[in-house]
Amino acid sequence: MTDARGSGGGGGRVAGVPAVRHHILTVLVENKAGVLARVAGLFSRRGYNIFSLAVAPTDDDRFSRLTIVVDVESAPLEQIVQQLDKLVNVVTISELAPSDAVQRELLLATVEAEPAARSQVIQLVGVFGGEVLDVGATRLTVMLAGPPDKLDGFEGLLETYEVVDLQRTGLVALPKIDREPPPRRRLSAVASAPVQVPAPTAG
Amino acid sequence: MQLTGAQALIKSLEMQGVEVMFGLPGGAILPVYDPILDSSIRHVLVRHEQGAGHMAEGYALATGRPGVAIVTSGPGATNIVTALSNAYMDSTPLVVVTGQVPTAAIGTDAFQECDITGVTMGITKHNWLVQSAQDIPDVVASAFHIATTGRPGPVLIDVPKDVSFAPMEWYWPDTLDLPGYRVPGPPGRGEIDAALALIAAAERPVIYAGGGLLKARAAEVLRAFAERTGFPVVTTLMARGVFPDSHPQCLGMPGMHGNYTAVTAMQRADLLIALGARFDDRVTGRVDAFAPDAKILHVDIDRAELHKVRHADVAIAGDCKVVIDALMRAAAPALRRADSVLASAWWEELRRTQREFPLHYEPADGPPVKPQMVVETLRDLSPEDTIVASGVGQHQMWASQYWRFDHPYTWVNSGGAGTMGFAVPAAIGAKVGRPDRTVWAIDGDGCFQMTAQELVTAAAERIPIKVAILNNAYLGMVRQWQEMFYGERYSEVYLSPDLPDYVKWAEAMGAVGIRAESPDEVAPAIEKANAIDDRPVVVDFRTDAFEKVYPMVPAGASNDDIVLHPAHDGRVR
Ligand SMILES: Cc1ncc(C[n+]2csc(CCOP(=O)(O)OP(=O)(O)O)c2C)c(N)n1
Ligand SMILES: [Mg+2]
Repeated sequence: MTDARGSGGGGGRVAGVPAVRHHILTVLVENKAGVLARVAGLFSRRGYNIFSLAVAPTDDDRFSRLTIVVDVESAPLEQIVQQLDKLVNVVTISELAPSDAVQRELLLATVEAEPAARSQVIQLVGVFGGEVLDVGATRLTVMLAGPPDKLDGFEGLLETYEVVDLQRTGLVALPKIDREPPPRRRLSAVASAPVQVPAPTAG
Repeated sequence: MQLTGAQALIKSLEMQGVEVMFGLPGGAILPVYDPILDSSIRHVLVRHEQGAGHMAEGYALATGRPGVAIVTSGPGATNIVTALSNAYMDSTPLVVVTGQVPTAAIGTDAFQECDITGVTMGITKHNWLVQSAQDIPDVVASAFHIATTGRPGPVLIDVPKDVSFAPMEWYWPDTLDLPGYRVPGPPGRGEIDAALALIAAAERPVIYAGGGLLKARAAEVLRAFAERTGFPVVTTLMARGVFPDSHPQCLGMPGMHGNYTAVTAMQRADLLIALGARFDDRVTGRVDAFAPDAKILHVDIDRAELHKVRHADVAIAGDCKVVIDALMRAAAPALRRADSVLASAWWEELRRTQREFPLHYEPADGPPVKPQMVVETLRDLSPEDTIVASGVGQHQMWASQYWRFDHPYTWVNSGGAGTMGFAVPAAIGAKVGRPDRTVWAIDGDGCFQMTAQELVTAAAERIPIKVAILNNAYLGMVRQWQEMFYGERYSEVYLSPDLPDYVKWAEAMGAVGIRAESPDEVAPAIEKANAIDDRPVVVDFRTDAFEKVYPMVPAGASNDDIVLHPAHDGRVR
């Protein structure tokens, strides 16, 4: 039987959220209009906030993958997962324990940096392994990809300068390789086979 | 073969074996109404779209086949939202087709535009906004598949007007591409063994029979299982009729207005076998005080119901009929013989409570009529397999308590949503599906006023239902709460017994109107009504406004704090 319990106490941490309530769901959905609203509705009707959400088509363009980071106790999460699983357009759901997942997020920031400060910012970006994407007379746009806690650290240091704009993508995650038993707990079976339509009952 | 989207829609409904649909046309659905003229499908023209929805529900509840309703965009679609919500709560299979403004106009606040797929997202099992006429057979076949399999429920198909007009090349799909839709398969051996171990160890078992058993058409296997084990059975409001009330092992209805024995048996049980039941708050009372000593064996086709309210010691996701069959096949030398169970101390205790605390009311010699007496007389004077529909309120509880439900699919009721106004249209739908049966709607005066106009539909379409109004001149159930829990401060619950004049109103709608004001008029009125078979009948029973429904577990209280009829209260339990 499916069961979403057990991974709630994971170790990862995303800015401002106590790790203990933090859950990562990866949800494979059919690439159809309205799917996002159906998924989001299950959280919003219970008053739960989605902390971050990343969506993109998979290698098979009939499907998209959502990575949802949500701030919920384990028990209600289990109920939400079961309800998600009932959505006709939801194909599979997995919960990733943050400690068992490879997580990445992308941060873009435009920083006010007078020529004097500019080299300091560039140096900071270099230390973190980021990139400078755009340079203006008094501003820089920089980028950093990494685990969420690294982005938190970088973001904190950037605050020393005047941050004009900052955008994070929300994380995407995959299970770590070579774990036994597999860290990725599949909460629902693989896509079901096509349904046979019964013979017509009337003409 | 080239068809228009509209023609393909009607042809697809025919392919699904649809014999009747309930609806009302309007601009956006007009193209679909044209091929209805050439179709074998009967169309029942309602007077309000909520009626179309409840009729489709009544049809589905009485026949087990999906109910179909068809309405226009905007207000037509929003008028059927209550019925969708009702069907969603009660897992009733419905397919609702709505018209939509042309694709190019969607999102422009066009005339009679409403985002009905958005509105109904949370109250349908699934819905579709059809994008192309070519998709129609596929969508219709998927819609019926989803509405009727797994845990059944309502679905909605929204068809933009230009899609109805557009040409398509006809086909009928052999397979459906629903990669995310799954229905649980048969139970595993381990689950069955674990269930049987619980069953074998139980000293004070209760079978908690829910509406899912009716959806699974499991009445027969349930009976075989109950008789094999000798276990007592309670039937929830949604399951009335799935196990005969006259069976010696039936304890009746549990819950807020359940029989004392049904409620207390669950409280004292050491094993609850929940079959297609969902531990609704109206059954459990305060959850943390519900059946405190009971282990739980929970079978439900909807995995999300397992552990939702109460952790189950053994939880099996599966079709109730398949699972009970598997239990019976595996059953077990380990199980005690039914006759030894029936001779146990547990049954002795249950029999004693049944004797001491039966349902009770004080009969009256003169007016006003006791509502319970109306239900008893109706029951005794109507054919044995009569279908009973009900509104929501005191009359509903009395109908459930005092009718004797001995057959499945004879109780047509709004359980999860508690929708006032359900009875009249649902009775019409039931009668359309089962024209051979007598169909009585037991309605409240408040409820009747919400959807009575559908009697015009019934008269025009010659659908001879019968309506018993338990006219207590009040929104009685609300009045009861105000009396018991708000210090008799009656706020906005008085309706008047004779405004409207129900007899005249019935006659104006093409029905026969009868009034019964005193106990001795009750039986003759019912006999007269039962003799009429060519048009609807309404009987206005003037009932006692002060009568309350007992027993009662106050909202939020523990089932242990059940309040008995004053005549029983104070007796040692
Ligand atoms: C549509 C709707 N509105 C309000 C309610 C709340 N409600 C529940 S029972 C009831 C009173 C019903 O009155 P009536 O039909 O006369 O039945 P009675 O209780 O008097 O038998 C009300 C207002 C409801 N269930 N449904
Ligand atoms: Mg009333």
